[in-house]
Amino acid sequence: MIEVKNIVKKFGAFAALDHVDLKVANGELLALLGPSGSGKTTLLRIIAGLDWPDAGEVSFDGENALAHGASERHVGFVFQHYALFRHMTVFENVAFGLRVQPRAIRKDEAAIRARVKELLDLVQLDWLSSRYPSQLSGGQRQRIALARALAIEPRILLLDEPFGALDAKVRKELRQWLRSLHHEINVTSIFVTHDQEEALEVANRVVVMDKGRIVQIGTPGDVYDNPATAFVHSFIGESIVLPVEVRDGCVELGGKPLNISADGVSSGASKLFVRRHDMAIGPAGSGAFEGAVRHVRTFGPIQRAEVALSAGEGTTVIEIDAPRDRELQPGDIVSLHPRRYRIFAGQD
Amino acid sequence: MNNGGAGRRNTLPGFGLTMGLTLTWLSVIILIPLAGLFLKSFELSLDQFWSILTSRRTLNALKISFGLAFAAAIVNLVMGLIIVWALVRYRFPGRRIFDAIVDIPFALPTAVAGVALTALFAEKGWLGAPLAELGIKVAFTPAGIFVAMIFIGIPFVVRTVQPVLIDLDAEIEDAAASLGANRWNTVSRVILPSLVPALLTGFALAFARAVGEYGSVIFIAGNLPNVSEIAPLLIVIRLSEFRYADATAIAVVMLVASFLLIFAVNRLQRWAQTRMPAH
Amino acid sequence: MSQPKISPSTAREDLRTEPQVIRIVIIAIAVTFLTVFVVLPLVVVFAQAFSKGIGAYFAALSDPEALSAIRLTLMVAAISVGLNLVFGVIAAWAIAKFDFRGKTLLISLIDLPFSVSPVISGLVFVLLFGAQGFLGPWLQANDVHILFAVPGIALATIFVTFPFVARALIPLMQEQGTQEEEAAISLGASGLQTFFRVTLPNIKWGVLYSVLLCNARAMGEFGAVSVVSGHIRGETNTMPLLVEILYNEYQFVAAFAIASLLAMLALITLVAKTILERHLDEGRLPGD
Repeated sequence: MIEVKNIVKKFGAFAALDHVDLKVANGELLALLGPSGSGKTTLLRIIAGLDWPDAGEVSFDGENALAHGASERHVGFVFQHYALFRHMTVFENVAFGLRVQPRAIRKDEAAIRARVKELLDLVQLDWLSSRYPSQLSGGQRQRIALARALAIEPRILLLDEPFGALDAKVRKELRQWLRSLHHEINVTSIFVTHDQEEALEVANRVVVMDKGRIVQIGTPGDVYDNPATAFVHSFIGESIVLPVEVRDGCVELGGKPLNISADGVSSGASKLFVRRHDMAIGPAGSGAFEGAVRHVRTFGPIQRAEVALSAGEGTTVIEIDAPRDRELQPGDIVSLHPRRYRIFAGQD
Repeated sequence: MNNGGAGRRNTLPGFGLTMGLTLTWLSVIILIPLAGLFLKSFELSLDQFWSILTSRRTLNALKISFGLAFAAAIVNLVMGLIIVWALVRYRFPGRRIFDAIVDIPFALPTAVAGVALTALFAEKGWLGAPLAELGIKVAFTPAGIFVAMIFIGIPFVVRTVQPVLIDLDAEIEDAAASLGANRWNTVSRVILPSLVPALLTGFALAFARAVGEYGSVIFIAGNLPNVSEIAPLLIVIRLSEFRYADATAIAVVMLVASFLLIFAVNRLQRWAQTRMPAH
Repeated sequence: MSQPKISPSTAREDLRTEPQVIRIVIIAIAVTFLTVFVVLPLVVVFAQAFSKGIGAYFAALSDPEALSAIRLTLMVAAISVGLNLVFGVIAAWAIAKFDFRGKTLLISLIDLPFSVSPVISGLVFVLLFGAQGFLGPWLQANDVHILFAVPGIALATIFVTFPFVARALIPLMQEQGTQEEEAAISLGASGLQTFFRVTLPNIKWGVLYSVLLCNARAMGEFGAVSVVSGHIRGETNTMPLLVEILYNEYQFVAAFAIASLLAMLALITLVAKTILERHLDEGRLPGD
């Protein structure tokens, strides 16, 4: 188990990590998700021993990891831009970690060759072993970087934005592949990403970070369905956000009461978050909002409508997703009701 | 105490060791010897210092070194720009060879340049003979010093301006042309102003080099006190006369001048960067 | 074929260039200037060296004094290039791979010798080690010879060539960043393994390049060495110093024969430099 306790890391006056605690169980595939500058890469580098915290503890299976430098931690690190050794062939890149072992425990040449072959087979790139990194595509480099990191039989595998530098199509393929690879080798893995879709699709557990703090930890379903904060709600999945006022348990939009519960949020300016597909359309007068359909687009199974809500002064335009069997026309007056929603106190 | 705890800084090893070795080596070879020079100059009273510097021979040597170096740097500025323009903008037979040739003054040992220029410009030399017929004497006159200083300074201007002109975005020229500028307007109002920081840097570097130049100058100079005797040569002469104080005083003045020049160059480069950030 | 073609289809190009007359004038000025000021001096060296025939040329080069000057020059260059190589690489590692305060100042200090007159570079050692110098009396009492001997010549040469290696490697190593080194460390490599297996292969062309330039300067240095050498014939004369002595004695063929060796060194350096620059540009491609 990897345990991070109360980690603080400052770059000048900027707190990259602000008292961060995290436990990772063996065999997990964990995503560190957050916008750039949220501290996720710094946390990853501290676990790897490539950066040092100003305060706090890091332990692997109860053993103090900070007592060891990066070279002694047996951590496999896959760099965002791969950091393949450009003057070595693919084979030598993967063999590197085996060749630099102390003589006493170093494998002999035949064993090294066998192990490298095995790893190249694992990442399905055996046929590239005598190429140089500059001759590979981005996706191939990524997989070689992974094979190289696995060569030292790491106790944890850390991946920094593993798909960040790849184009959209390759990225999708590699996600699948990484999941199945993790299933196969079952090494505790942590990867950093700013792409919520990637985190939700690949990881068993997602750690959402913002401004140097962990704001939520949970399964992909958890963080999507029950976001802990307004930030998580808007960062993960697309949301309709409406500025509302909570007054004595009632929710008002532009001075007009909405027919929904305040969910225990105390009085004051708040924000109402609804997923687009959670807005149910009913006949006029039946829901929390009334509005006029302005524009309808259909693609695939979805019908997306722009609805101008008539609330208070001025109009607020929102986009909702409706099933295609519910026919909508510009000019229709509809009633909308949130099937699920969250209200968070405060302006931000 | 902190061993193994939080607060360690560097991922890569060896910072303490390599920095220590670097500072030691730098001190032994550069800083201590240079400090020794300044220390020596403090043994002089201000009056002594002043009278050495204002003696006719010193003053003339400094005037010759700084004055001719300045003039040579001006010539280098103009010729350097023309050469860069030809090398970057035009295609002509032998262009790549001429491009490589620009570095010869950097690579050729100064003593070799000195004897070669002297042989070339001496009264019977390939260039000296025709010039003599025109009544122009170059070798063993201040004009010889001037020629040698031009020789050693030219690569500085060319090599600082060349990359800037190459990197200059061709689109800005198209933009100027599309706005109705004729070629002369484009060159004088768009291109040349972007080259100004590099030109000034090249000028300052050529000037600094020429002021301190010794090897390529002394053969062709004639070395007549007050007429064609450069400051570095006067330092050498004073040393051979065991007049260390005189040598030190002149050296300190030259050293301070070159530090100021380097400082100016650094400021110029910072100015150029803030004015035109690399794209 | 060599005639510049101007066709209507190159109208766009016309916007970016000058009228043909001006182009020809500019090229003519540039070529004439470089020929007169740079090419001719180089040609003169060889013309003078061979002016009395090939026999006289080789006789001059095989003179014992010439041979001893060549030996001394090679030795001094080996010492100063060797030391500056080791310390230059060490300095480049410290400066390029780590962040610390005062980095700009340190780089300027390393650059200092470039802006110091060669004569002053020699003078500082005379003031340290000379009879009237700070350490002079102690050196005399202990019979240690630095000035007017090989150590002094080597010191002055090291001073003058101090910046070459570090200055060439720092930008190169900064550009390459620390990712590959971090990868090596995380794979279990030690510091030395990381340097020799990852860093050094990546900077090898830069190292060669800097050694080349450092060596050219070390062999050709005149002013600084002239001040500290004492011009003891057959003992403390390097090749450039011997050129001066022979020249002043009107032994022109001999002077230019030695000079031609140095000029050849310069030419070889330039050619090798051009080739290396091509390698360096390739190594710099972002497709790592």
